[in-house]
Amino acid sequence: MRGARSRTRVPAPLLVPAALAVAFLVLPLVGLLVRAPWSSLGPALTTPGVGQALRLSLVSATLATLVSVLLGVPLAWVLARSAARGRTLLRALVTVPLVLPPVVGGVALFLVLGRQGVVGRWLFEAFDLTIPFTTTAVVIAETFVAMPFLVISVEGALRAADARFEDVAATLGADRWTTFRRVTLPLVAPGVGAGAVLCWARALGEFGATITFAGNFPGTTQTMPLAVYLALQRDPEAAIALSLVLLAVSLATLLLLRGRWLGRAAP
Amino acid sequence: MRARLAAAAVLLIVSGCGASDAPDGGDGRLSDGTSGPALSGTLTVFAAASLTDVFTDLGDQLMELHPSLAVRFNFAGSSALATQITQGAPADVFASANAAQMAVVTDAGMAQNPTVFAGNVLEIAVPAGNPGGVDGLADFARDELALAICAPDVPCGAAAEQVFDSAGVAAAPDTLEEDARAALTKVELGEVDAALVYASDVVSAGDAVEGIPFPEAENAVNAYPVCALADAPNPGAARAFVDLVLSGVGQAALGDAGFRAP
Repeated sequence: MRGARSRTRVPAPLLVPAALAVAFLVLPLVGLLVRAPWSSLGPALTTPGVGQALRLSLVSATLATLVSVLLGVPLAWVLARSAARGRTLLRALVTVPLVLPPVVGGVALFLVLGRQGVVGRWLFEAFDLTIPFTTTAVVIAETFVAMPFLVISVEGALRAADARFEDVAATLGADRWTTFRRVTLPLVAPGVGAGAVLCWARALGEFGATITFAGNFPGTTQTMPLAVYLALQRDPEAAIALSLVLLAVSLATLLLLRGRWLGRAAP
Repeated sequence: MRARLAAAAVLLIVSGCGASDAPDGGDGRLSDGTSGPALSGTLTVFAAASLTDVFTDLGDQLMELHPSLAVRFNFAGSSALATQITQGAPADVFASANAAQMAVVTDAGMAQNPTVFAGNVLEIAVPAGNPGGVDGLADFARDELALAICAPDVPCGAAAEQVFDSAGVAAAPDTLEEDARAALTKVELGEVDAALVYASDVVSAGDAVEGIPFPEAENAVNAYPVCALADAPNPGAARAFVDLVLSGVGQAALGDAGFRAP
């Protein structure tokens, strides 16, 4: 209810830059829509392999988001709450994937998990297990690139949350795990939700690390961004059609999730 | 100076893009850029990524001959370059790794009469020591090997399809790469046992990669066309660069880098 009136009126100094931001972010999308080959959209949609790539994209981005939540929320807690020394360095290190060109990230993943990699070589020799060029590699590459987005969001939410609730829970006899589960997590749920959405969106659009580490093979590792990039080499119109499919599906998913999860937090 | 540049521009328009009447490049005296007017300003060359090393050297040579000339390169996939040029990127010269992408530019009326200056054939690239024991095209049907070829959408993938068809090999690749360099990277890292890339890629990779030529490659020779662009901001320099590429000096440098004569 707070500030129902202030929501309706935007201060003038904010209005112009905000409008510029909207134009900057939305005009390229308008460009895509204008150039879209509407008549060939149907054929592009039904091309064999498109459904496959779309399904693989959605499944792998969702798995990458799940892994990111399971590992990233605890990491965010450590960064925001623990008294461990070297937290600043740790934070800088775990956000490296944000600044690393994704292609370099893909090569780095090879050096660790590839057949010749530090860990990968052992997996290969001991279990005859190879990760590159599998769907698992797609999920790993997407998680590597997308998890920092979730960690940063959740850490921010944890810092903004009032730590006194946790102190009160502790004085009432709750142990630290219970406090985290029953007090901290509900407090930062909107932050986790927003971080998960950001993470999912980044994973869905991931290209560089995926094509480097997982390769590109229809059905196993060819996600939509890879299909779009290769279509661009041959037929730019088909690439635009594919991009619109990816865009429509991701926007629909995000709107749906927003209604379901974040409905209470963001009316 | 300005008059001379204008004269060069007129000449360029008259003669279209076929910069040299003798594309065999045997006549170094006429066509290595030394005999023309002094060049200045900036020359912007858009060239296929596979030409990076050779063209950088040739650009340095041209700058030595013309100290007030600055040569800038934009190396990328030919299709990306063709898109940039047709979208108005200010380029003087376009060197494509295939005829199709050059056609995108000539069809848009932005260049005329490109000249083929080099050819490139596929070669099998294996990591040093050849851990997969690959010795010919037939090994690309072996399921137990990790194999990379280019996606059929890009030129090296189209060429790969062609050689597999003519050899009757049912290839079992693990990944369809976005370009030959990406396939080569996976060989360099030892993550695939073999990849099908261009002979020039194998030369550029040095000792980390061994190349295995195969006879079927002759069925898919890739031709590289070059052309000064109609709206080149620096037409005199554009013409000099194209001449240098077609000259004996340029052809020798291309030969050293694993390309073959057109």
